Amino acid sequence: MASGALTEQTLARPRLGIRVPDTVARLGKYVIFRGTALFLTVVIGVYLTVLIANMGGYLDTIRIAQIREQVGAIVLNDATLQTLPPSELRKYIDDLVVLEMQRLRLDQPFFVRSVDYLVDALTLNLGRAEHLTSNSGSKLVRLILLERIPATLLLSATANLSLFFTAIFIALYLSRHYGSWFDRLIIAMAPASTVPAWFYGIFLILIFASLLHILPFGGMVATPPPETTGEYLLSLLRHMILPVSAIILHGIFVGIYQWRTFFLIYSSEDYVEMAKAKGLTARTIERRYILRPTLPPIVTAFSLMLIYIWQGAIILETVFSWPGVGRLLYQAISIFDVPVIVGNVVLIAYLLVTTVFLLDIVYAILDPRVKIGGERRV
Amino acid sequence: MKLPDPIVQLTHYRSAVLGLFIIGALIVLSIVTVLVIPYDEAIARWRAGEELWGDYPRNAVPEWFNLFAGNSLPTTIIINSKDGKIPKDIQKVTDEMSTSDMKFTFDYPWDRFPSEINLFLTAKFAQKKPQATMIWKTPDGRQIQLGDTTVGIVERFAISTDQRLSLKLEGRAPEVGLFAQPGTIEKGKTPVVQKGRYELIIEGLTFEKDSTLDAKLVIYGQAYGLAGTDHRRRDLLLAMLWGTPIALAFGFLAAVGSTLTTFSIAAIGAWLGGWVDQLIQRLTEINSVLPTLPILILIGTFYTRNIWVILGVVIALGIFSLGIKTYRSMFLQVKEMPYIEAAHAYGASNLRIVFRYMMPKIAPVLIPTFVTLIPNFVFLEASLSVLGLGDPLLPTWGKVLNDAYTNGALYKGFYYWVLEPAVLLMLTGLGFAVVGFALDRIFNPRLREV
Repeated sequence: MASGALTEQTLARPRLGIRVPDTVARLGKYVIFRGTALFLTVVIGVYLTVLIANMGGYLDTIRIAQIREQVGAIVLNDATLQTLPPSELRKYIDDLVVLEMQRLRLDQPFFVRSVDYLVDALTLNLGRAEHLTSNSGSKLVRLILLERIPATLLLSATANLSLFFTAIFIALYLSRHYGSWFDRLIIAMAPASTVPAWFYGIFLILIFASLLHILPFGGMVATPPPETTGEYLLSLLRHMILPVSAIILHGIFVGIYQWRTFFLIYSSEDYVEMAKAKGLTARTIERRYILRPTLPPIVTAFSLMLIYIWQGAIILETVFSWPGVGRLLYQAISIFDVPVIVGNVVLIAYLLVTTVFLLDIVYAILDPRVKIGGERRV
Repeated sequence: MKLPDPIVQLTHYRSAVLGLFIIGALIVLSIVTVLVIPYDEAIARWRAGEELWGDYPRNAVPEWFNLFAGNSLPTTIIINSKDGKIPKDIQKVTDEMSTSDMKFTFDYPWDRFPSEINLFLTAKFAQKKPQATMIWKTPDGRQIQLGDTTVGIVERFAISTDQRLSLKLEGRAPEVGLFAQPGTIEKGKTPVVQKGRYELIIEGLTFEKDSTLDAKLVIYGQAYGLAGTDHRRRDLLLAMLWGTPIALAFGFLAAVGSTLTTFSIAAIGAWLGGWVDQLIQRLTEINSVLPTLPILILIGTFYTRNIWVILGVVIALGIFSLGIKTYRSMFLQVKEMPYIEAAHAYGASNLRIVFRYMMPKIAPVLIPTFVTLIPNFVFLEASLSVLGLGDPLLPTWGKVLNDAYTNGALYKGFYYWVLEPAVLLMLTGLGFAVVGFALDRIFNPRLREV
């Protein structure tokens, strides 16, 4: 645990009477420590991705093709060169390509090049797409990708936040009423979460779009997009119902089941019994004695869930034609747009780590061991 | 013989019994499938084209739909003059030339129209191609000229796509126009099938002594077999059957591969401690931010879509999964137990301690995890197939879903095409998940209480 690194300083100080600046400094240190660790992790992760992508020299081929194209364009625009005989012109082009390859260090050994690619990937310098373009017409992979992030974020954030909080609230309710028919129903339904969200999506489309015609098959807004903001939002909402329901259907039962079990285990702790004996209300016990100590594991679970969601979105978005990062990857695969595929994988790796990092900060704020620098956990 | 305790306990969970039954049925189905249709034959048949599937209807629903549709969906009618069941009237005209008339008679009792009509003509000749004139006779005695053609060695006379015939039939598709009651095919009216006995008369003319003319009439239905057919006329039953062993094998091998390696590595790390343990932990953290599915997609796109290679990659990516952390904390407790100390004292090797003493101790914990992992991998394979990265050779459930999706099955109303693989996938997933959940409660008594 990272909190271990902070132990020594805190031992010298009295444990109570925390001053605010102290907490902030500690938090800052924690964030820097975790940030560095995660940055190293992402560097290695992206490097592995680059290695896998370039196993057959694919990145090299792309870059050499780009250089040839650029050189070709330069030569074509230069009127003085057109008078040269074809054989000399070809030699001139080849020389230029070799020069450019040297300049871009493509003639270097593989290790050096792979580091170059790593830096490119980390700085999101992802090159140009072969076929796909962004809505604004740009061929820069970075722009194409950035344009898609809001859609993915909108969908997965809406679905996961509602899923997460619904699950916890129902679980809290069930931990108070365990053994009821509703509780048993949830336990019985828990295995249904094995089925991935996109799979539920297919069924939802079949029922609500194909058979009942009450909700759209997919997409983000109606075509053509409605003109007024109100109508636009309404259309967006209508298009979101099915994918969001698919994610919730997928996660809700097992979510409730796990949280319920978790709360039940925590509510049999002695201090909870003590609180009950003191005559505190059920709500207070829940908030102060059950929820509070379980917050850090809840956040961990949340971050783990998000990691799976970033990846699960690929197929869900494809099934619902949702114009996000995942569907872009699918489109890039189907027309074999290599720079977009590589860029997309790098971006997903990035998003994953960013998510983990942000949640780590939340974790640090919530976990008293980090805040006041408690003992090392065994 | 006494059954092992966990299995007896498992039978106490009604859902688990159902799950076991589903798993058992799937395993039996897999074994039967592999025995009846060998691997190579399955691949060859699934990849075959018109030469094998030419007589099958396109996008036909399963035949048992008729139970609910009041027997209104036509099945395919195939009449081949080579079978000798067709009256063939051969008359010599001159020494060389002779007529060869065939009469195809069949009953059409269904309420819906056929989906397509094809006539396959074959001829034997040295130089002069035979000729054929086709006439269609409806039950009420109307005659419709279908046109004439010279017949090469193999000739396909696609009646359904004959534009001139369509014009003759008020612009209706020939398979509708030819089977409709008179007066119902005009614009604005709904064509109604005329039930009864139809005839197709082929008046052939051969110009050589040994020249012969044969024909096969195929009236494609709207329903076929147990599972229906896809857009390439293939029998979906083949894919549904072969999808079973593939899904089970993929799920099972991936689950075995990744849990066993994860488990051993956690044990080794916990026992050896020090830098080995540290390294394993750091690798786990790196692995947890590696995007598994996108990496599989990269490999599928750039290198190979072979399902067994993908399986290997799935296992490799699963080795340093987060499970290591859970197992490690358990092994750390086991490590302190007296019997391990005893083993260490008598000089047991590291390998012996890890594999003979530590791992068996908490192996039961693996069982529920293992069972619940199987459906995840089954769905992973389906996910890759849905993205178009399925195995190029084998028919799998995911590939059928992908075909259905790319051909707009949901928009066009071919629900069976989506539902068949989906239901099978769902059954597999739920079967394993239900058993896994029950096992989890058996092996983790803390869960049983609550």
